[in-house]
Amino acid sequence: MIRLNNIHKSYEMGNNSLHVLKGIDLHIEQGDFVSIMGSSGSGKSTLLNILGMLDNYDTGTYHLAGNLIANMSEKKSAQLRNEMVGFVFQSFNLISFKNAMENVALPLYYKGVPRKKRNQIAMEYLEKLGLKEWASHMPNEMSGGQKQRVAIARALISKPKIILADEPTGALDSATSYEVMNILKEINQEGITVIIVTHEHDIAAMTSQIIRLNDGLIHEIIRNGELKKFQKEYIHGLEPA
Amino acid sequence: MRSFMTAFGVFWGIFMLIIMSGAGKALENGVLEGVKAFATNSAFFWTERTSVAYAGFQRGRRWEYDNTDIQYIRENVKDVEYLSPRLFGWQQSGNNTVRGERSGSFQMYGDYPDYFKIDRWTPIKGRLINEIDILGNRKVCNIGERVVEVMFAKDEDPIGQYLKISGVYFQVVGVIHAETQINIGDGKKEETIIIPFSTMQRAYNYGNVVHFFSVTSQKGTKVSDLEDKLKRILKDRHKIAQEDLQAIGSFNIEKEFVKFSSLFLGIQALTWIVGIGTLLAGVIGVSNIMLVIIKERTQEIGIQRAIGATPAVIIKHIVAESVFLTVMAGYIGLSLGVGVLEILNRVLESGGDKLFFRNPHVSLAMGLSSLAVLVLAGIVAGLIPAQRAISIKPIDAIRDET
Repeated sequence: MIRLNNIHKSYEMGNNSLHVLKGIDLHIEQGDFVSIMGSSGSGKSTLLNILGMLDNYDTGTYHLAGNLIANMSEKKSAQLRNEMVGFVFQSFNLISFKNAMENVALPLYYKGVPRKKRNQIAMEYLEKLGLKEWASHMPNEMSGGQKQRVAIARALISKPKIILADEPTGALDSATSYEVMNILKEINQEGITVIIVTHEHDIAAMTSQIIRLNDGLIHEIIRNGELKKFQKEYIHGLEPA
Repeated sequence: MRSFMTAFGVFWGIFMLIIMSGAGKALENGVLEGVKAFATNSAFFWTERTSVAYAGFQRGRRWEYDNTDIQYIRENVKDVEYLSPRLFGWQQSGNNTVRGERSGSFQMYGDYPDYFKIDRWTPIKGRLINEIDILGNRKVCNIGERVVEVMFAKDEDPIGQYLKISGVYFQVVGVIHAETQINIGDGKKEETIIIPFSTMQRAYNYGNVVHFFSVTSQKGTKVSDLEDKLKRILKDRHKIAQEDLQAIGSFNIEKEFVKFSSLFLGIQALTWIVGIGTLLAGVIGVSNIMLVIIKERTQEIGIQRAIGATPAVIIKHIVAESVFLTVMAGYIGLSLGVGVLEILNRVLESGGDKLFFRNPHVSLAMGLSSLAVLVLAGIVAGLIPAQRAISIKPIDAIRDET
C-alpha cells in the first residue's frame, strides 16, 4: 500500500539547511493501524505530510497504491488526496462558517457531487458517528470530541484508502481521546489503513504497530505482539515521575 | 463591511466615469443640436477691403460681388451643389417694419430658395419663398416667429397680410422656423424677414450687387477645396492679388465641424482616462482587501486543499468573490450615476431649451463596456491574491496559527 524508499527531506532556513528526514524506509500494508511517535523535531509530522502528499520529498521514492508520487502537479495531487487520503487534524480544522453537515460534505463538493446527494451522504456519515442531531450546528457550538468526530466523518466521506491523523487527540481530554481512538479502530476494522502521529504512549499503545522516529531515522518498529513489552516500558517510564 | 468600504473606491470610479461621460455627451448634444441641421459641406463668402496693391489699385479698396460672379460660378464651377447669393437689409436704427399701429425692428435678407437647403428653415404656416417669386420679382416675404408676435395680434393669421418694410409693402406668404442656431448676420433668427433676392435688388436700388453668398459642395468634393477654388476665381475676376489673404472673407462649416469633433473626442478621452484612473485606484483597494482576506483565511484554504480542492477551485472562489465585490460596487455606482444624470436631465428640460448643455445620458454601449471593465477589473483584482493563496503550501496554511 505505502512503500517509502530512502526518503530524504530537508528544509531551507535562510542559509542553513535543516535535514529532517535522513533516509526513511517504510512499508505499510493495506489495513494496518500504525502510529508514528517521536520527540518533537524527530520528523514525524513531516513524514505524515509527505505520506499525505501535502509536502514533497527531496530524494528517494514514495509509492502509494502502486503509483509513484513525485513531481505531481498541484491539481493531480489534489485529486489524489481527494480520492485516496482522509485527513484528521489536531485542531480539527473545520470550516467555521459551515455547519457540521456542510463540513462533512465538502470533499464531495470538490468531486463535483450535486448538493442534494452530497448532503444526504454527509448525513449518513454523521449518523454513523452519532452526530445526526448536530448536523445543523456550527463548529463553535460543539465540543472538541464532537468536532473531531465531524472531522473524521469528513475524512471518511470520500471513501479513502488511508486516514492520516496528525495528533488527533492532542486537544482532547483522555476520555474523549479514547472515544476518538475507538472510532479510528472501528474504521480500521473496515479495512482502511489508519496512520496517526502522536506523542502520547497510551494512544500509540492502542494501535497495532508503532514506528518510533528519532532524529530523522526510524529508530524502531514495534509490532502488535511486542506491544505488551512496550506498555511495560511505558509504565516503567512513568514510575520515576 | 470592511470589504464594502474598500469597494467604495470602485463605486466612486464608475460613478465619476458615468457622470463625466454623461456631461461630456450633454455638451456634445447641446452644441451639435444647434448645428446639426446645417449643411456640413457649406462655405460662406463676403468681401473685405483689399490688403495688397494690385493692377493699379491701391490697397484698402472696397469692392463687392455682383450678379455676374454668381452667373459665372453657376456656369463654370461644377463642384458647386447649391449656390445662394444674399443681400443684407439696411442696418438702420429704429423700426424698419410697420403695419398699422404696430412697428418693429427686424433683420431683412434677400435670399434664393436654395438658401433653405443650406441653413435649414421650415415653414410653420404658409410656404417658403420659391423660384417663381425670384423670377417674378414678387414682393413677398417669409417672417420669423418673433416677427409674428410683434406685428400681429394673437388671433390674427399673418398669411396674406402686408407688412411695410423700409418703405415697401410685402405680402406675408410664410412663417418660418430656424432649425439651427448658427446665425449669419446680426440679431436673433426669430427676428428675421426673408424676401426674394431679385426683389430686394430692385426694390431697394442695389443694382446687381451681391453682399454675400453661400455654397455647398457636390458629393465627393471637399468644401475646403471648393472654397480655395472659388477664392482664386473671384480674386481673378475682381483684380485682387492672389496673395491677398484678407480681401475675401470666408467661413467653412466643415472646418468647424472637425474642430468640434476633435474637441469632443478629447473630452471623451479625458473622461476615460480620469475614470479608468479612479477605477484603477479602487481596484487596487479591492485587491488589497482580498489579500487581507486571504491572509485571514490561510488556514481555511489549507484545509480545503488538504481535502481535495484543486488550485483551480481555490482561484475560482477568490476571483469570484473579488468580481462579486467589484461588480456590486460598480453596479451601485453605475445606477447612481445614471440616476443623477436622469435628475440633471429633468432639471435641464424644465428650465428653457436654449442651453448648450442638454440631454445628458450614457449610451447602452457605454454602460455595457464599463460593466465589462468592472468584471475584468474584478478578475485582475482577485488574481493576484489568488495566486498568493495558491503559492502557500497547504501544510503551511494549516499550521498557520492566526
